[in-house]
Amino acid sequence: MSLLIKNGRLIDPSQKIDDTLDILVENGLIKQIGKSLQVPADVRSIDASGMLVVPGLIDIHVHLRDPGLEYKEDIVSGTKAAVSGGFTSVCCMPNTKPVIDNKAIVSYIINKAKNEGFCNVFPVGSITYGLSGERMSEMGELKESGCVAVSDDGKPVNNPELMRRALEYARGIGIMVISHAEDLELVGGGVMNEGYTSTELGLKGIPRVAEDIATSREIMLAEYTNSPIHIAHVSTRGAVRIIREAKARGVQVTCETAPHYFTLTDDAVRGYNTNAKMNPPLREAEDMAAIKEGLRDGTIDCIATDHAPHHIDEKDVEFNEAMNGIIGLGTSLPLSLQLVRDGILTINQLVEKMSCNPSKILNLNRGTLSPGSIADITIIDPDRQWEINEGSVASKSKNSPFLGWTVTGWASCTIVDGNIMYQVTGN
Amino acid sequence: MAEFKHKHIIALRDLSKEDIEMLISTAESMREVNSRDIKKVPTLRGKTIINLFYESSTRTRTSFEIAGKRLSADTVNIAPSNSSATKGETLADTALNLLAMKPDIIVMRHAVSGSHYFLAEKVNCSIINAGDGAHEHPSQGLLDMLTMKDRFGRLDGLKVAIVGDITHSRVARSNIQGLTKLGSSIYLAGPPTMMPPGVEKLGNVTVCANMKEAIQDADVVMMLRIQQERQGKTLMPNTREYSRYFGLNPDNIKLAKPNAMVMHPGPINRGVEMSSQVVDGDQSWILKQVENGVAVRMSMLYHVCGGELE
Amino acid sequence: MSAEQTTLLDAAGVRRALTRIAHEILERNKGVSDVVLIGIRSGGVFLANGIAHHIGIIEGEAVPLGAVDITLYRDDISGQLPHQPVGKTDIPFSLEGKKVILVDDVLFTGRTIRAAMDALMDYGRPQCIQLAVLIDRGHRELPIRADYVGRNVPTSLKENVQVIFDDNNQPSEVVLEK
Repeated sequence: MSLLIKNGRLIDPSQKIDDTLDILVENGLIKQIGKSLQVPADVRSIDASGMLVVPGLIDIHVHLRDPGLEYKEDIVSGTKAAVSGGFTSVCCMPNTKPVIDNKAIVSYIINKAKNEGFCNVFPVGSITYGLSGERMSEMGELKESGCVAVSDDGKPVNNPELMRRALEYARGIGIMVISHAEDLELVGGGVMNEGYTSTELGLKGIPRVAEDIATSREIMLAEYTNSPIHIAHVSTRGAVRIIREAKARGVQVTCETAPHYFTLTDDAVRGYNTNAKMNPPLREAEDMAAIKEGLRDGTIDCIATDHAPHHIDEKDVEFNEAMNGIIGLGTSLPLSLQLVRDGILTINQLVEKMSCNPSKILNLNRGTLSPGSIADITIIDPDRQWEINEGSVASKSKNSPFLGWTVTGWASCTIVDGNIMYQVTGN
Repeated sequence: MAEFKHKHIIALRDLSKEDIEMLISTAESMREVNSRDIKKVPTLRGKTIINLFYESSTRTRTSFEIAGKRLSADTVNIAPSNSSATKGETLADTALNLLAMKPDIIVMRHAVSGSHYFLAEKVNCSIINAGDGAHEHPSQGLLDMLTMKDRFGRLDGLKVAIVGDITHSRVARSNIQGLTKLGSSIYLAGPPTMMPPGVEKLGNVTVCANMKEAIQDADVVMMLRIQQERQGKTLMPNTREYSRYFGLNPDNIKLAKPNAMVMHPGPINRGVEMSSQVVDGDQSWILKQVENGVAVRMSMLYHVCGGELE
Repeated sequence: MSAEQTTLLDAAGVRRALTRIAHEILERNKGVSDVVLIGIRSGGVFLANGIAHHIGIIEGEAVPLGAVDITLYRDDISGQLPHQPVGKTDIPFSLEGKKVILVDDVLFTGRTIRAAMDALMDYGRPQCIQLAVLIDRGHRELPIRADYVGRNVPTSLKENVQVIFDDNNQPSEVVLEK
């Protein structure tokens, strides 16, 4: 089975390529790239004129809710949402029911994704059994069965001694630890960012320092144990500064942020909008500026969505009662392309942060279009305007603060392992 | 002629200066009804008012109930047995069930800030906020302003000191919103642990370093209730030390203007935020506040009934 | 004002009408004993002042004056959006056993008078209530009749009768608008 993508602007930072080139896919692998490739007439071809052809986008932070919470999302609907947003690979977090803390669950996810899914799914196992924060899970078995990282995402590992040991142990196994960096005592019962908006709305605030302190702790532990660590969903100016300083010192720290942290501030909560409620919470303008600067100067390595589907019944309630989180797979690409239009990132840097770097951080062996590599390819129409609404959201859940927004740029074709898994039809 | 066009009264932040003036003016007229032998007018005859109180409050609920009855409305009190939506029926379901009884007004108190906006989306009757979390308590703010107007004949140019836990106080927020619109200056004092970020941007607000600075030359000294259960264990050492620095007593009240009035939304912790001498003293207008509460709530009920769909 | 206007009474005409009403009140009630005047806000209050003034001149004795706001007693409150601000009722004396002269500017459907009488009943039990109006324009919807009328004016339903007051709340003119 062969496929030719021709006349597109091929952007592959891993090979430092940015040129109008054709790309030939054969048997699920990149066969050849070059100018005006000649192929037999029976090879299927896609005309990518005016499009960007990039290594398949990778989201290393999503919640697929499968097993156990399929009323919110499942592997089929979640991966469908992923490919429609241009993602060829996602890493799913372990706060499922039951938790991804054993081989059986890992195998279930991998098999279901392989048989019914639309894109690659790489499970993230839990750091502690049942996310209890009490005892390390069997990271060796988790890695061997297919987990690409461990995390207790959704909550931090509160006990610093346990976190220290987890970092050391994971280093021995060779698996990345992803930290949800948050000090729960400081969070208290907070439901949004602490600041002027929380004062006006009378909602209990979550101070930025809750994230800053926890980020500092993780970095100190990583530095002390000489272990790598990845900080999830960075949202504060303080955390960006702390990570920047740590990187300058040579600490093995990487991090991600999510599109909502560089697109929205806590102003979005006004009107008690539960679709603007997430954890960490939307911060203030200064934080948004710091996140953008962190992306620009390379402090922030990648963009991940923290795609967190919730049923309408879990969001259509009083603000304090609403679940944290928003969906993101369908909206990440246009919101991130805005960074390019705003001159914060070049398109090459954006591709690094949405494909090359995520692959590198978790050793996914993707994020490149070099000949011989796996043919995960995203074709992007960067100028296409469209409206985000319930109909255009492929996820089972529709909990997005971006409903009603008109955005620019979408994936017009998503190719996974050489197969077209998503393609915009018609106009 | 000015017109009150709101279907709901959820926050004084949502109302204009003219709206607030009209509510206060009508309350002054309602007070006349309350002074008669026959304290009842037929205005809201045939209207049904549901008092839905998720937090217990004898004072506010009774005041709304009397207000409704004096306007000849039928009032029903509902106190859901638990205040958590995670147990039992959700607020949305409760609202739909109540709607089946065709109320004209739901007066609700709820622990979660902003719940009234949520409720207003679910029902087609008027909503009056009787207190939501740490957000607003508009009827208290209005009755406080009416009481200040009784004392000084105006609100414009008054120096109003508000002392206590501003972070958790819906009373403080409603007063800040309302008084700012009517031209008063607000001076806040409290331990920094109880002062929310950016509060000076909420209105014509000055955050003071200590209580003395706030009450110096004040026309009005409003003391907030200190609730050990709200403030928790981390906001202050104990009520003894709190009262030492933020309690109103016969000595420090001398810092305020000689004709200053003292207010408190109640219930009072005597000896904590205020000494008994001040509570029962000549400058105390606390009972007048309670009396004005009924008139203000009659005004609110009357005006929302005439409000157009927003 | 775009509507066509006809003057029904000028200031002097109003004054003469009020003087006559004052005389009729005194004649019918045989003096001012137990007589109180209550004006309906807002026009009726000003006219009650005028009548009281003339009674004072004639009898050399002041009659108690009060004001009633009927907003809270209106029968069209449900359909009326938005609600009007509520004015103050000010009756600084007991109505028990009194002969109440209710004063309004224009008598039309009678609904305002009905509301005012309901209001007065909530203040006590007067000996009787009599009604004085400057203009009776007809079209009653309730069985109500004035005891003292300044002038009867046949009107059509499309027309409007307005009593205009000057800055000192003195009646300056009564006009018919078409």
